[in-house]
Amino acid sequence: MYRYDQYDQAIVDARVAEFKDQVGRRLRNEITEDQFKPLRLMNGLYLQLHAYMLRVAIPYGTLSGTQMRTLAHIARKYDRDYAHFTTRQNVQYNWIKLEQFSDLLDDLSKVEMHAFQTSGNCIRNISSDQFAGAAADELADPRPYAELLRQWSTLHPEFSFLPRKFKIAVIASDTDRAAIQLHDIGLQLRKNDAGDLGFRVYVGGGMGRTPIIGKLLREFIPVGEYLSYCEAILRVYNRYGRRDNIYKARIKILVTELGIEEFTKQVEAEWALMKPLGLDAPKAEYDRIIAQFADPAYDLAAPDSLDLSDPDFAVWVSQNVHAHKQPGYAIATISLKPKRGIPGDASSAQMDLIADLAEKYAQDEIRVTHSQNLVLAHVRKADLYAVWQALAAADLATPNLDLVTDIIACPGMDYCTLANARSIPIAQKIAAKFENSVSEQRDIGELKIKVSGCINGCGHHHAGHIGILGVDKKGEEAYQLLLGGSGAEDASLAKILGPGMDENGIVAAVDKLIAHYRLVRSGPSERFLDTYRRLGASSFKEAVYG
Amino acid sequence: MPRILTGNRLETGDVLWWSGSDWSLHLKDAVAIGDEGDALVARLVAEERINDPLLIDADQTPTGWMPKSTRERVRAVGPSVRPDFALPSISVEAI
Repeated sequence: MYRYDQYDQAIVDARVAEFKDQVGRRLRNEITEDQFKPLRLMNGLYLQLHAYMLRVAIPYGTLSGTQMRTLAHIARKYDRDYAHFTTRQNVQYNWIKLEQFSDLLDDLSKVEMHAFQTSGNCIRNISSDQFAGAAADELADPRPYAELLRQWSTLHPEFSFLPRKFKIAVIASDTDRAAIQLHDIGLQLRKNDAGDLGFRVYVGGGMGRTPIIGKLLREFIPVGEYLSYCEAILRVYNRYGRRDNIYKARIKILVTELGIEEFTKQVEAEWALMKPLGLDAPKAEYDRIIAQFADPAYDLAAPDSLDLSDPDFAVWVSQNVHAHKQPGYAIATISLKPKRGIPGDASSAQMDLIADLAEKYAQDEIRVTHSQNLVLAHVRKADLYAVWQALAAADLATPNLDLVTDIIACPGMDYCTLANARSIPIAQKIAAKFENSVSEQRDIGELKIKVSGCINGCGHHHAGHIGILGVDKKGEEAYQLLLGGSGAEDASLAKILGPGMDENGIVAAVDKLIAHYRLVRSGPSERFLDTYRRLGASSFKEAVYG
Repeated sequence: MPRILTGNRLETGDVLWWSGSDWSLHLKDAVAIGDEGDALVARLVAEERINDPLLIDADQTPTGWMPKSTRERVRAVGPSVRPDFALPSISVEAI
């Protein structure tokens, strides 16, 4: 895992000191709320429905046990004993008090964490594959490149006031677990015909009000030049992105309006001007960062077999455990979608336990997934049973990864000022219909339900096999039903199926969709999404609307 | 429809209700605001101690105030999915 050097820590310490001073000035009424608001937003501090909400950055979703334990401490000391893991691999606290904020920032910075650039029109937290460095199907660990992007984008003076926020994701396998085609820039590590490492570059993807799948900008950019190439993309966006209309300010609108050919031409021209300036990191810096992501010291004698005689353990392994590149090891996903739970929420005690397990069994690493779950990426198969038992005792071993109850939901109108409707109760009601039967969930198979409480789409409804969007209908909560989305390598955007409905109506509609799917699928191995793609919307529309 | 005044305390972010002479954490303490509402909001904005002061529509029911919008009902009681945090204002079910 990457550890801060003196420059990283100095940057965080300086920024923390600056913001603490700004908080103090606001509390003493030396600056107005209008003056303070943009400052606090640049430091991840929002005012939500009930209190201040703090969003803490987790670069590419990777945490150490110590960092997770500090997040638990913050939840316990400054919040209400829980935290919420988000769809951008970050963590949020919902009950923060401004008057305690300075102490909180100090606690965070002691473990190389902070909250800046988790809001505002800047380059946000760099996201990545939660299985990075462990996946059997990856070319190389993508996180050193994500880390270099983090360093490059941190307080970048040219890109601190972009037309709108900017999100970058990096992966290194053909299986896309980070939804790169739905990011402003998506980078996929690959090799060219000569065997050199580089990136395939997508640009202009995104969800929200105007969902668009990213366009292929460049088939290959060498790893040694991707940073300056990203800089060229950002420069073109910063220069021509619209600042007159917040709804048209994202890069996806610029790419759409210019067309990918013209946008590519402009980026290449900009890059040609920049190349002689030597803006890319020297090889020594790449090597320094890559060395920090070196494989952990694997137990080369670790047995590759697994005792699956406990049937409950066997189900969990089958559903939540993935193949590791190292024989004798496995990747375990910790579901934060227990029965009657709130998607993405974890208590302080649960976070402490996960920190303990990471330190004892998983090379001191934890990952946050964009599906609001956590991952222990390097577990010896011989230790998997002990890990499972400990997780189960803390209600963290629900075997539902990618199943109907593994629902993404934004905080919705239970917490968020932007929301038009509640998301979490919808997720809970849908899950309640299936959560008592794992075998039924497994029979339904992979089904990604994603719920957003407003058009901004933090619940990724456009990428849901079934997407649900909360809307305001004359002051009442209502929900639109969308089908056919995917954030994976087969990216597609979900489309509205028919008229919206109320809370009970949307829950019943999902029930009907699933019943219909089970009736018309070609066989148990055909996923809901594939059945939808094969049959089209009309078959499902008939099932819901009659 | 009667209007009541709400906002968030600067120091804590707490949801507050204007009781006529002070701020309360509890919706039940709110008082109806008459024509003086806009001037009151303007004064509060100028004082900079209460964030987002806002006059909202609410019904006076036999059990107390019932904000008209779902959003304000959620603000009054707390997240509907965390009844353990619910303030004693309106029932979570009433959201």
